[in-house]
Amino acid sequence: MDLLLQNVSHHYGALEVMRDINLEIPAGRIVSIIGPSGCGKSTLLRFIGGLERPTSGQIVQVGEPPAGSLNPLTYVFQDFALLPWRTVEGNISLVLEDHGLSGAKSENIIADVLARTKLSDFRKALPKQLSGGMKQRVAIARALAVNPAVMLMDEPLSALDSQTRELLMDDLIALWARERFTAVYVTHNLQEAVRLGHVIVVLSRRPGTIREIVEIDRPLDERQMGDADLEKVQKQLWTLMREEAAAADQELIHA
Amino acid sequence: MLSPDTTQNGGTDQRTVRFRGGGFAPKSILWIGPVVFAVILVVWEVGTRLGLISTLTLPHPTDVLGTFADLWRTGLLWEHLLPSISRFLVGSAMGCTAGIAIGILIGLFSHVRAGLVPVVAAIFPIPKIALLPLFIIWFGIGEGSKYALIALGTFTPMVVATYGAVDNVDRTLIRMGQSFSLSWASIVWKVVLPGAMPGIFSGLRVSLAIGIILLVAAEMLGARHGVGAYILEAGSLYDLERLFAGVIILSVLGVTVSFLLGQVERRVLRWRA
Repeated sequence: MDLLLQNVSHHYGALEVMRDINLEIPAGRIVSIIGPSGCGKSTLLRFIGGLERPTSGQIVQVGEPPAGSLNPLTYVFQDFALLPWRTVEGNISLVLEDHGLSGAKSENIIADVLARTKLSDFRKALPKQLSGGMKQRVAIARALAVNPAVMLMDEPLSALDSQTRELLMDDLIALWARERFTAVYVTHNLQEAVRLGHVIVVLSRRPGTIREIVEIDRPLDERQMGDADLEKVQKQLWTLMREEAAAADQELIHA
Repeated sequence: MLSPDTTQNGGTDQRTVRFRGGGFAPKSILWIGPVVFAVILVVWEVGTRLGLISTLTLPHPTDVLGTFADLWRTGLLWEHLLPSISRFLVGSAMGCTAGIAIGILIGLFSHVRAGLVPVVAAIFPIPKIALLPLFIIWFGIGEGSKYALIALGTFTPMVVATYGAVDNVDRTLIRMGQSFSLSWASIVWKVVLPGAMPGIFSGLRVSLAIGIILLVAAEMLGARHGVGAYILEAGSLYDLERLFAGVIILSVLGVTVSFLLGQVERRVLRWRA
């Protein structure tokens, strides 16, 4: 299933936050969206998943989601959004309970996603007992449990320290190598965008428009930390964004 | 630089950095409470025995204890306590259940909120005791008026606490539920309600304390048995020992309710850090 964004524009009252965004999200690829703070990248992600409506323009699904997908458009949130009163397995079963699966079937799904995210030993733990990285792995396991057609990731690593971030990036790449899932990955971190994105979309500051779309050919599993070519792309992106970021920073002072 | 020995360092002054952190972190010190109680009792006993405190103003603690023992022996204690406990339980169960239900409706539906919040705000400041004569006309002099008084008194604080608690449920958790296409009922039942539990429990604490106060007020008007009736009778006979015995029963009732609630809260809110 592909996604198409057609002429997406958005206003908050008189404030224009997004102007005429056209974008294709092809199946099986990770699209990174980067941009300075306040450019509306998280808002754009909420449009894509139907949590908010743009003032004009539309999001179109091309083709059917794969059979057995319980929730085709599935989010991974920056702050994990785990229910603190449910254990790890309880948080995952939460998103399965409304689908009328048999007990054995949802038990299989839970065991499978926990194994894939290396959480099998922590089934009965409560979120408060887990580190930030573990919490986000639970959120990723929860997203995998509904077998999404597209994963919508809203700064999933931004609340984590840089070492945990590295580890989780490796995990995400390993997961992608197995599943070839489609993802939209919103981040302000250039390094993450370059490591994880097949395509990198650079948004301008408010009103957000697409400034540039950069494709990276190198396969995900061959990208290493400190790769010279990737560093070059990252630098190129930074030159693109630098002025925008500086201007966006100034804007906040007037806001 | 790091040498602790000042003389070794070319005469440059060295001193340990002054500690200025600490404090502002309540610790649980279990023995102080009972000791304070004991000291008060001893001062009181000695004071009344020596005549420093007139027995017209305060009875001897030991006499109060004696009265209490009499109450126990004659079975009068249960004759007064059981009706009180049952009035408290029935009245506050009605008030709190209704309060939680209305509070949740206000929290979930804007129309209900717009309609009922002003009504609750209007009822809240009315001293419910003032309505007791009215309740006696409406519900009779029997148990009905007492239930109604306690129920109304616990209802309003429970409504306010509950809708505040629902308002405070983390919106990102609700968005998460929507993003996984959970049904509306699932979101309310599995996200909103558990999320509102901490606020509901603090509302219960306030409401149940108000319930005990109103229980006594209700029993002072038109009750033959009950702790309130017992205290009123002792007061009009100026029987200080019995008056104090009654007050102590109320204190113990309050502490017990608060302890039991704390136990339930610890179980239900185990997930909290």
